[in-house]
Amino acid sequence: MNEVPSNLSALDRPNSYIGRSVPRPNLARLTQGRGQYVTDLVLPRMVHVAFVRSPHAHAAIERIGTEAARAATGVVAVVTGPELAEVCTPWVGVLSHLKGLKSAPQHAMAVDRACWQGEAVAAVVARSRAEAEDAAELVEVTWSVLPAVTDMETALEAATPVIHPDLGDNLAFERRLEAGAVDESFTSADAVVEARFVFGRHTGVTLEPRAILADWNPGEGRLTAHMATQAPHMLQNILALHLGLDEAQVRVVCRDIGGSFGVKVHVYPDEMATAALSKMLRRPVKFVADRLESFTTDIHARDHVVLGRAGVMRDGRITAFEIDDITGIGPYSVYPRTSAIEANQVVNLVGGPYECRNYRARTRVVFQNKTPTCQYRAVGHPIACGVTEGLVDLAAEAIGMDPAELRRRNLIRDDAYPCETASGMKLEALSHHASLDRLLAMMDYEGLRAEQAELRQRGIYRGIGLASFIEVTNPSAAFYGVGGARISSQDGVTLRMDATGAVVCQASVTEQGQGTEAVLAQVVATAFGVPMKRVRVLTGDTDNVPYGGGTWASRAAGIGGEAAWQAGKALRAQVLAVAASVLQADAATLDIAAGMVVDKETGRERVGLEEVARIAYFRPDTLPPGVQPEFVATRHFVPRQYPFAFTNGVQGALVELDPETGFLRLLKHWVVEDCGTVLNPQLVDEQVRGGVVQGLGAALFEHCRYDGEGQLQTGSMADYLLPMSAEMPDISVAHVVSPTAETELGAKGAGEAGTAGAAAAVLNALNDAMRPFRARLSEIPITPDTVLKALGKG
Amino acid sequence: MTSARVIALTVNGEEVEAAVAPRTHLADFLRDVLSLTGTHLGCEHGVCGACTVRLDGAIVRGCLVLAVQAEGRRVETIEGVSDSGEIADLQEAFVTRNALQCGYCTPAMLLTAQDLLLAGGVPDRDAIRDHLSGNYCRCTGYEAIVDAIEQVARARAGRVA
Repeated sequence: MNEVPSNLSALDRPNSYIGRSVPRPNLARLTQGRGQYVTDLVLPRMVHVAFVRSPHAHAAIERIGTEAARAATGVVAVVTGPELAEVCTPWVGVLSHLKGLKSAPQHAMAVDRACWQGEAVAAVVARSRAEAEDAAELVEVTWSVLPAVTDMETALEAATPVIHPDLGDNLAFERRLEAGAVDESFTSADAVVEARFVFGRHTGVTLEPRAILADWNPGEGRLTAHMATQAPHMLQNILALHLGLDEAQVRVVCRDIGGSFGVKVHVYPDEMATAALSKMLRRPVKFVADRLESFTTDIHARDHVVLGRAGVMRDGRITAFEIDDITGIGPYSVYPRTSAIEANQVVNLVGGPYECRNYRARTRVVFQNKTPTCQYRAVGHPIACGVTEGLVDLAAEAIGMDPAELRRRNLIRDDAYPCETASGMKLEALSHHASLDRLLAMMDYEGLRAEQAELRQRGIYRGIGLASFIEVTNPSAAFYGVGGARISSQDGVTLRMDATGAVVCQASVTEQGQGTEAVLAQVVATAFGVPMKRVRVLTGDTDNVPYGGGTWASRAAGIGGEAAWQAGKALRAQVLAVAASVLQADAATLDIAAGMVVDKETGRERVGLEEVARIAYFRPDTLPPGVQPEFVATRHFVPRQYPFAFTNGVQGALVELDPETGFLRLLKHWVVEDCGTVLNPQLVDEQVRGGVVQGLGAALFEHCRYDGEGQLQTGSMADYLLPMSAEMPDISVAHVVSPTAETELGAKGAGEAGTAGAAAAVLNALNDAMRPFRARLSEIPITPDTVLKALGKG
Repeated sequence: MTSARVIALTVNGEEVEAAVAPRTHLADFLRDVLSLTGTHLGCEHGVCGACTVRLDGAIVRGCLVLAVQAEGRRVETIEGVSDSGEIADLQEAFVTRNALQCGYCTPAMLLTAQDLLLAGGVPDRDAIRDHLSGNYCRCTGYEAIVDAIEQVARARAGRVA
């Protein structure tokens, strides 16, 4: 563990970009409006699709009348679910390693029954989107409304209708875990604390809605899908599988993507339908979700209720954790990653930062007639962190100990690694104590406590909240591959040196704004030995990058970056072999620095890469016999020792409560996190800040509210509140560095740490502010209404 | 649906004449008819701010103005202010500070920032945050955007002084 960014010898290259805040090379065009988002693309003969969607949460389709729509201006086709099902086969979103997980076959468009408000039942294709929407209004669907299952806590009761009778009940998945001596640990505890934690359902709200432009070209027998997806090869496989094509017949292209955050890593029925329509109509078909469609059909997330319990001794030692979690996932487990992963993560992660070995957990994943939920940034982490850190604060209160001190007495020691959590998660090297110390110093924790006490005398109620967390990054095949999903867990990078010595880098990890391409350029430039501007990075095209997984679960820098590092070293060796031949030198005495072949010892310049390339490509006749230049190198990487490279961190929140109105103001937020080697400090910090603000949105604003009939009440951005600039605080970010030894770079993921702990810190801060009133809240989003109720004023 | 009407207006300094349906909003007109795809759509009901453009010098929501309302008026988009160099310093500051991630909100964010800076003076961070409060950014958490605008405000004030 180092306090400063790493200076590992393997990374200690001349002119290294590792650890430098270099700007992203691909940004200028986005500031000029020259991006190419899917919504911007236009193809010859392109038509637009609008979907007719169910207005009911659960209803049988008696009849669909399409005559009037077919006759409307500009309409090319009107297609119903059964018609589409002849082109696109259904799927079932299960994975074999999530034992017992079940779901029902799901079609691209409902065939006989809609199971949530917003499920597509018919498609109208027309020359313009406006004409398609006009005609969609003329489609007459005769519905027979069915009872809707909306309350997840009663979904398993005998009186509740079963959504998919073939499945027997509404239970999609259940997992239990028992570690250590739980009952004894509660019995012997000096105090037992418990709470019912509620995590509201929210969604990703990418600013660019989901979009696909599907282009089936019967002339070449190929489907090109311009998509905004985080996992191009996964989509290639799935489009081929369900449209009856060979994978080689499908090309997925992702240019600029207007935000993803996990929302755009799933298979969406309306996107599959659009591809099927292109195949049926033999021309390009474009679908862009409007905002209402985004709210009702983008995956939702969270929606957990957790009963949590912890035992604590007077000396501050936590003796046991216990949780009973339930989550409602909508009517189908989402394909192919499933909707049980979040609950599974909750079980894996509760208590994760702490030494406590006694842990009991149960989670139940139930079906309901609401929008399907699935993986969204920091999957499961905000729930596990909210429960764990809420219980830790309750334990501190129960024994009258400062919450920072209680954490110090329970966090896994920084010299205890490698070790396992009570749930069996393997931890390689974390830094909870160093991180907490750093955070408390940054916050001036003692000073804040003194100020808080002084302000309370004047009727100003401030609260300070802490939240430690662990975060899953760099997933191996353990996440999806072992469950049978065809989602690559390894990623690849191909480098090619062209005739001027410039490098083209083709990578299977993808870019959605995180800075993936910048980090790859940094790593390649450093490993190979050229200025960054000599590296051009290409991603997001299944025809032109190595096969791989893409960018999700905080894996692009750690996994894709290592592949880039190894590929850079391989290309360097290839070029030096040719250079050695030209120079009649021993390749082992040469290196590449700043685009020149140099003497490794002295740095003396010997020959430029451009000259080596010129000889290799244009005058190979001057090379000695048997020297065949190979200036293309490919390397892949996947973690093998650890299923996940866990990271850790701790967040601090300072809030001010107005007990009269229930309004909570965020004054300041702090984060210390440890993602191993920091490849680009600015990009890491901005990932953390953006992630924190998504967590703050969940903490204070964002909520997919439904009525008892399963009608979404927050289907517009006017109703669904989001974090805007005026309410957000400045966020201080610092790092402790514990590199993973599994790679030479030592980088772990950083994309989800912010979201993992932000809401927990704010909820703890609110409860700290409400302590003088003996009030408590364990529900997010925190609203003025819920705060006033907690204060007994509601 | 009412039939198309021919409108004439100035877009980024060019005289434009085109037939539009009366219901077409300005952002759709710019994107679909003029291929000015730097103006983005996020919500189409005036909340997210992604479609911000300038109409006779004032920033407006492109989704809340009908194209026919722009008849005879002057429209400026991100393409125009980029090519003229008017906001080159802001664009550079956004890149250097990584004040954009996916970039989808960025054209509108830049036009909104320029609107604030054209008012003169050096706004404090609260004033910057307040002025941006109608522009949704899901990626950055806003702090980098505020930093970039603050830096440009100071730099411009320095040049004036």
